[in-house]
Amino acid sequence: MKPSVAGWLFAGPALAIIAVFFFLPVLAALAISLTDFDIYALAELSNLRFVGFQNYIELLQRPLFWQALGNTLYFVVVGAPLSVLVSLAAALLLNGQMVRFKGFFRTALFAPVVTTIVAVAVIWRYLLHTRYGLINYSLDGLGLPVVDWLGDPHFSMPAIILFAVWKNFGYNMIILLAGLQAIPGDLYEAARIDGANAWQRFFHVTLPSLVPSLFLVGVLTMAGYFQLFAEPYVMTQGGPVQSTLSIIYLMYEEGFKWWSLGSASAVAFILFVFMIVAAVGQLMVMRRYGSGV
Amino acid sequence: MFVVAVMVLGIMFAACTNESGENEILEIKFWAMGREGEIVPELLKEFERENPGVRVMVQQVPWTAAHEKLLTAFAGDALPDVAQMGNTWISEFAALQAISSLDEMANTSSVIEEQDYFPGIWATNRIADSLYGLPWYVDTRLLFYRKDVLKAAGIGRPPRDWTEWMQAATAVKEHVGNNNFALFVPVNDFEMQVSLALQQGVPLLREGDRYGNFSSPELVAALDFYLDFFRKGLAPAASESAISNVWDEFARGYFTFYLTGPWNIGEFRRRLPADLQDDWMTAILPGPSGPGASTAGGSSLVVFQHSAHKELAFQLVEFLSRPEIQQQFYALSGNLPPRRASWRGDRLASDPYVAAFREQLERVLPAPKVPEWERIVQELRMVTERAVHEQWTAVETARELDSRIDRILEKRRWMLAREAGAES
Repeated sequence: MKPSVAGWLFAGPALAIIAVFFFLPVLAALAISLTDFDIYALAELSNLRFVGFQNYIELLQRPLFWQALGNTLYFVVVGAPLSVLVSLAAALLLNGQMVRFKGFFRTALFAPVVTTIVAVAVIWRYLLHTRYGLINYSLDGLGLPVVDWLGDPHFSMPAIILFAVWKNFGYNMIILLAGLQAIPGDLYEAARIDGANAWQRFFHVTLPSLVPSLFLVGVLTMAGYFQLFAEPYVMTQGGPVQSTLSIIYLMYEEGFKWWSLGSASAVAFILFVFMIVAAVGQLMVMRRYGSGV
Repeated sequence: MFVVAVMVLGIMFAACTNESGENEILEIKFWAMGREGEIVPELLKEFERENPGVRVMVQQVPWTAAHEKLLTAFAGDALPDVAQMGNTWISEFAALQAISSLDEMANTSSVIEEQDYFPGIWATNRIADSLYGLPWYVDTRLLFYRKDVLKAAGIGRPPRDWTEWMQAATAVKEHVGNNNFALFVPVNDFEMQVSLALQQGVPLLREGDRYGNFSSPELVAALDFYLDFFRKGLAPAASESAISNVWDEFARGYFTFYLTGPWNIGEFRRRLPADLQDDWMTAILPGPSGPGASTAGGSSLVVFQHSAHKELAFQLVEFLSRPEIQQQFYALSGNLPPRRASWRGDRLASDPYVAAFREQLERVLPAPKVPEWERIVQELRMVTERAVHEQWTAVETARELDSRIDRILEKRRWMLAREAGAES
């Protein structure tokens, strides 16, 4: 048996599973996105029409789609870097030499990741409550104006970002912490002997060594943040005035509220293209940055 | 291992034969939404007593997820036997052939009497001359108002037509000053717009429900009347969540008229301060010339097409349609019954706050019965909200609305054209 055949045989089961549960559904969704599948078609398949790219064209003309896209980009552009920064800061703190009770803090900071989103959403709704919430209570105590976090279209997305960052940063923190611990100690030692201060050591030793981990974390976070859904679903139902309606939320509403599976699939593919473009862009930036040091 | 498996199977078999042999238990699956889902098991104890061997399994479904749960269950062939359903959804599920026509069973029933139901509510359950649901409770919108403020503003009685309504609102606004308003109607709601449009007596969709009809002069007038409240500063351009506590604000005099539904009678009693309890009342919705129509909302009970126990399912519907059961249901939930006979109960007949609802229910009108209606009202809500914020004229609003409605109804037009082609 040739080695290549053996290789295919070993990879075969996994490939078959991927084909059946990933490629097939994706192809089916692509096919559906070219039809006007709706509740009439659900009742009687002969009511299905092939419409070509009509779903895509109509979507691009719908203000609600652009609003959802804008909201999603807002969430990704502000939320993802913020989340990575918070994770990095937490990882650096946990990796510090002077920190006591590391195990406790690591668990405590990781805890939000493994809690149920619906349960913590209830707590956050209390925290963000306009009149009885702890956050507004603190703002008021500091003499700042209180904010209608989930009712004011300008503050609903920042509230969702805050919630999402708090919920997710622990996961990236663990990955970055592993990356930090993998950096050999003698690099720091050599830098110190050369007279590098703490900032220089951070920018010239820690950060370059962390590039692979940061890239991984960046791609995962971005891909995850593009798929914003659960946070607005449990906190605001996409409101107020559709200010927290994300692309996935729009897809969900199209698909399962109105049962327009055709246009819901089209939404999914547009999002897919966006994510590929963003991931490739990130890869190129990281390559340049990684090789330049 | 094998021995254990055989033993387990054996025990299961014994259990099964035992159960079906001695007293067969029939299970009826019933989906009820929101608060009704919490209350209805209480009523069903009596039904189970009357029908030994029958157990009703009530599944509570939250309102926010109800519509998609029903559709998903249809797609996945997991629908229950009976369900409560918002009456504007009936045309959709009838088009899907998911729900059963009830004509035969209702005609022979000794409990169901068509003449006893409010005609507008009954009509929401008839799709193309077939009855698909039985009204369970009704929901409509009318005016809650402050008697004391109205009197202080020099208005003797609640308005009966549009002119009086606008005059009363203007007088109230003058009286309460710049920081308060005459009317509160959530700007992201659609009920008032639909009611005003229905009052005009022209269809909301034209040419056999193929196109939007909001650009017709009558419906433009209705939109204009609605937008006028915001243009003249008589109503705040605010949603319910922006007001945050409508009862506090009503008590404070932030607004004098509040367009809302029957559930607020209970809320007003509970939440308004004691010294204000004699100062509020409900009034029928004013129409273009005299008392007007309002929307025929509420929930119906439907029996699903695939159910294996349709007879029994219908018996459950019949049970819940009995006037005395509906009175109990009202006592538990505050939901208004759809039958005149149920309104003769003590609680309802003697309550001054529901009297206006009783009058209003005689003149409620169904919304257009197309499966796309739910989507259309969402567009209506979004378009009018934008019209309020961006100071659109009624004609501009109507044009935008009609173009969105026409797009939604495109598939319907195609289907109707194909049907017509097939017949000729």
